[in-house]
Amino acid sequence: MSDERRLALALVSPALLWTLAFFAVPFAAMLLLSFAHMEGRTVVQGLSLANYAKALGEPSHLKALINSVEITVTVTVVSVALAWPLAATIAWSVPARWQRAALLMAVLPFWTSYVVRSYSWALVLGKNGVVNQAFGAVGLGPFELASTRFATVLGFTHFFVMLLTLTIYANLIQLSPNYARAAQDLGAGRLRTLWHVILPLTLPGIVTGAFVTFVLCIGDYITPQILGGNTELTLPQLIMLQMGRGGNFPMASALSVILMAVVTLAYAASARWLRLDRL
Amino acid sequence: MKRIAALALVCATPAAFPVAAEELNALVWCDHTDPALLEPFEAANDVTVNVKEYEGTAAGMAILDQSAPGDWDVMVVDSVDVARVAAAGKLAPIPAEALPTGDFFPELVMAAQNVIDGKTYAVTEKFGYNTISYDKTKVDPADMEDMAALTSGKYDGKIGIYDYYLPVLGLVGLGQGVATADLNVGALEGLKAPLMALRKASKQVSDVVSSQTALATGEVDIVVGGGEWLTAVLAADNPNLDWTIPKQGGLRWTQSIGVVAGTTKPDLALKFVQYITSAEGQAALAQSSCYWGMPANMKAGALLSDEAKAVLRWDMQPDYLARAQLYPVPDAATDTAMQDLWTEMLNQ
Repeated sequence: MSDERRLALALVSPALLWTLAFFAVPFAAMLLLSFAHMEGRTVVQGLSLANYAKALGEPSHLKALINSVEITVTVTVVSVALAWPLAATIAWSVPARWQRAALLMAVLPFWTSYVVRSYSWALVLGKNGVVNQAFGAVGLGPFELASTRFATVLGFTHFFVMLLTLTIYANLIQLSPNYARAAQDLGAGRLRTLWHVILPLTLPGIVTGAFVTFVLCIGDYITPQILGGNTELTLPQLIMLQMGRGGNFPMASALSVILMAVVTLAYAASARWLRLDRL
Repeated sequence: MKRIAALALVCATPAAFPVAAEELNALVWCDHTDPALLEPFEAANDVTVNVKEYEGTAAGMAILDQSAPGDWDVMVVDSVDVARVAAAGKLAPIPAEALPTGDFFPELVMAAQNVIDGKTYAVTEKFGYNTISYDKTKVDPADMEDMAALTSGKYDGKIGIYDYYLPVLGLVGLGQGVATADLNVGALEGLKAPLMALRKASKQVSDVVSSQTALATGEVDIVVGGGEWLTAVLAADNPNLDWTIPKQGGLRWTQSIGVVAGTTKPDLALKFVQYITSAEGQAALAQSSCYWGMPANMKAGALLSDEAKAVLRWDMQPDYLARAQLYPVPDAATDTAMQDLWTEMLNQ
């Protein structure tokens, strides 16, 4: 081995060991556990697919997976739709000296505790909350907003729009204005320039932010638990239910592996445009 | 000058913040984290009590599994799960004669749960009820005496369900005339329809904090599975919140405390258990900032104010204890069936 390769290996080994110790080994253990089963309250190691069969075959369990995917896709699409114009406004319409302040304002809610923010939304959306009071002032409502999927999506979207704004802004700010000028010189209108030139060029930023949104959203337990009111169950909630009292770790592991498989699929679908160095 | 000041600060710190001679590590529920409960013991014994919260017996046992012997000294555990934890070798026997169970409400000695093969593994410390909590200005209190009122249509959309399958399925069972001791896989089949009906009438299924918030803000008017533990901490700000045990009965929750097997400080651990079950410790635990509950030791009554006793319904205990049943203690198969039914209910 050359000195250069040895140096490269030495430099990369801490990160490699870290990944091995805190991801690869625990994941392998979880994968192995997912094929085990419970006898009474004892975990019995084996190679059974029963946990996967139940997770994907039992309607109530499958529904949890479907709920998670539906909520996550909705949140990702809505967040991108809101974050792109916000990032574009900050990048193109806000004077350079104010952009940092504008970004700071955009990410300010990050500074609040995630749990506190979720409980705050529950109060805001409640029957006697600010939103229903505002509707009531103009003779509308009250509407059932709290403890609904809408509340869960709103809580998530509030958080992820901030994240996406950052990744998309980072992409937009690097874009030379000459691309738009060139397109317009060649006769493209503003919309056409946006659709055929700007959007494709910002796709890496959008997809990177969307992928991170997808990963964080589908694995989140707190927001659906607090804002969803358990009106429907998501996969992380189902995983927690297996572990709390019953201690069915094999089933919880199988559900977690399925969750990781969904994330892997999302990665495969977005890998072409994914630029994790944008984060 | 700055260096001198910093050095002086460092030198002064031990004097300003004296370090306790010993430490005790306790695996607890959130009511044991209240400084008002821990500080008298720490001061009297020159010890620091380090607490770690957990929820769910399996989660607590998983923490013990991942710890080295001696890492933990005492543990709070659901009384109905003491046998399970002891059988796993996680609890050490404690001398029964060192415990003040003679001062306990007789129903709370719970030898059937705390004593295994003649050895005492834990002692009951606190109890309460999973029944029906409600806002008496929004519902007819007379209706709350009958569980059938919940699914009569009158309160549709105004009900919250406490998100823990054991007490709620126990309550639904009582509504159907099934004793908690008789809950098994076969009996669960008969609970499906009434559980689904209750879910249909309810607005949400939520944890402790969300249930409290929903009741306090008027999001729901009734919480099924609630009790004094849900409304007591809110009583001062909202005296309209009340609770009752309906005619079909209610569930009694109980928590015990024991010494963890392998502790290197068995004497100090026992001392802590004795403190928690003493009148002083019991009065503080009953009014913990996390949640209130009845003390197992009757002598704590002398240290509780009249207001606190009124909130806890001290005088009603003989009647309540007679009408409440213990939590179901499902075997593994019943437990799994209960979880599956709960999952189906949540995703209906």
